[in-house]
Amino acid sequence: MKTFVVGMAAVLGATGLAQAQGKSAAEGIAEYRKMLEDGNPADLFEAKGEALWKTRRGPKNATLEQCDLGKGPGVVKGAFVELPRYFADTKKVQDLETRLVTCMEALQGFDGAEIAKTPFGRGEQVALTALATWIAAESRGLRFNLPQGHAAEKKSYEIGKRVFFYRGGPYDFSCASCHGEEGKRIRLQDLPMLTKNPGDGVGFAAWPAYRVSNGEMWSMQLRLNDCFRQQRMPYPIFGSEATIALGSFMGVNAKGAESIAPAIKR
Amino acid sequence: MNLPIRTAIAIAAVVAIVAGCATSPSSQDLDREAQAAMKASFRDQGIAKVDRLNQDLGQAACSSDKPPSDAVAERIMAEARASVEWPAGGQYFGDWREGEKLAQSGRGMTWTDPSAATSANGGNCYNCHQISKAEISYGTIGPSLYNYGKLRGVSDLAAPSSQAVVEYTWMKIYNGKTVNACSNMPRFGHVGLLDPQQMSHLMSLLLDPKSPVNSQ
Amino acid sequence: MADPMRIRAQMAGDKATVRVLMSHEMETGQRKDAAGKTIPAWFIQEVSAALNGKTVMTAQWGPSVAKNPFLQFNVKGAKAGDKIAISWLDNKGDKRTDEAVVA
Repeated sequence: MKTFVVGMAAVLGATGLAQAQGKSAAEGIAEYRKMLEDGNPADLFEAKGEALWKTRRGPKNATLEQCDLGKGPGVVKGAFVELPRYFADTKKVQDLETRLVTCMEALQGFDGAEIAKTPFGRGEQVALTALATWIAAESRGLRFNLPQGHAAEKKSYEIGKRVFFYRGGPYDFSCASCHGEEGKRIRLQDLPMLTKNPGDGVGFAAWPAYRVSNGEMWSMQLRLNDCFRQQRMPYPIFGSEATIALGSFMGVNAKGAESIAPAIKR
Repeated sequence: MNLPIRTAIAIAAVVAIVAGCATSPSSQDLDREAQAAMKASFRDQGIAKVDRLNQDLGQAACSSDKPPSDAVAERIMAEARASVEWPAGGQYFGDWREGEKLAQSGRGMTWTDPSAATSANGGNCYNCHQISKAEISYGTIGPSLYNYGKLRGVSDLAAPSSQAVVEYTWMKIYNGKTVNACSNMPRFGHVGLLDPQQMSHLMSLLLDPKSPVNSQ
Repeated sequence: MADPMRIRAQMAGDKATVRVLMSHEMETGQRKDAAGKTIPAWFIQEVSAALNGKTVMTAQWGPSVAKNPFLQFNVKGAKAGDKIAISWLDNKGDKRTDEAVVA
């Protein structure tokens, strides 16, 4: 709508003339972010994901309705806030995306290794992101409660902690370089502290999220991928142990926090 | 067979302790497994190769929520100090305008950057630091550098009284671990992220009295 | 056929607040791909809204409107149970209409 677009432009203009107009840059940006909250395009991906869950697909021409995300076959509500977790059938701790790939392979006959190799935003990765978005949405408002009863789950947390603090690459960055201290920001982007419970809807509890700046739906695997890129690290393999362990570490640290995923981000 | 209750409990306790030891890994075991997980979880992409995961003394020692021991920290800082190369001909300074451009640029060294040459790299400075007054889009991971030279009483770059600050600043940009073993600051000179000429521009940005960092 | 819109229409006093999320690339025609070729413009040009079959709003959009655009407007004189239909037409001639019931 033209009015909306003009309104947006006015807010963005205001941030540049911050001092002249008496509104701080922080206030202008907060206003912009508030305007973004209504009408999250993640809704469109949720709708796609729900349809994909119930549609017959793949060589086996089956739906995903029997997929076990940790709470029993077909149980979607509440599954998101308990992942990553240990699965007896694969004998691994899996996050949402790797578990979905397991189901797409077992139930629908897709090639899991192919999906893992496919770049984000292409081929079956598009379906995967949409599914993850919908499954996250089905747990909106619920509080994180990752299980830590199994030895593998406890180990995943410990490995994740060490990965989080691992300094390397030409910049000597670790996840903790940005996310290890309270109240920091990179440029104007606030950085949640992820070594302890960051609070409702912050950090782990906000992904998958729609990124307005590039118009893309980002899953947790993609969020981690781009973190490692910015850290000047090599490329994290999709669904690798390090990425799942980080999910365990952050997810356990977020215990009790309310999930707002899928959220909207700048 | 019927055991007295106390013996049964004692046996159960021993079994429990033994079972506990057998199943829960030690901290060193977990350290080793994490190292292995890191090696297995990454691949080359563009200029970012898996050898970037190889850790030197400082990186390895600072990979924890707990700081290294004083002895290790001292060793890290001593090695860092030994690594510093001073500018040829004492040319510490360049052009603060070029310095501002470098400070603004977040480019370089990622797998989407086409080249690892220093000419392709920015300083990434505003990501973590406030620097000039005019730039409001600054990070707070590092301390504010606004009025850096002014606050340190630098009014004449060539004056002997400025020399200590000049050398400290060069050392910090060249290798931040000279002063703080686990510093978050990348080692721009030591790793070859920026060349001496680029670093001299940053020196001017921070220390030149005419630089907007000090004059505005 | 493009992906469906998400439409929510809620009564607030004597007005219905209508919120629409449209799925569209909204390519400006200014961007170039990795090979340097211009990515062709592809954006919604016309939007219209009808209440119980009668047009209540039309809009002309251009390349400045964001990808996956969000539209919000109020309709006076609507009541619960009314049908809201939103239609769009893009520069390639692709179109889409979706409906919702005012709550």
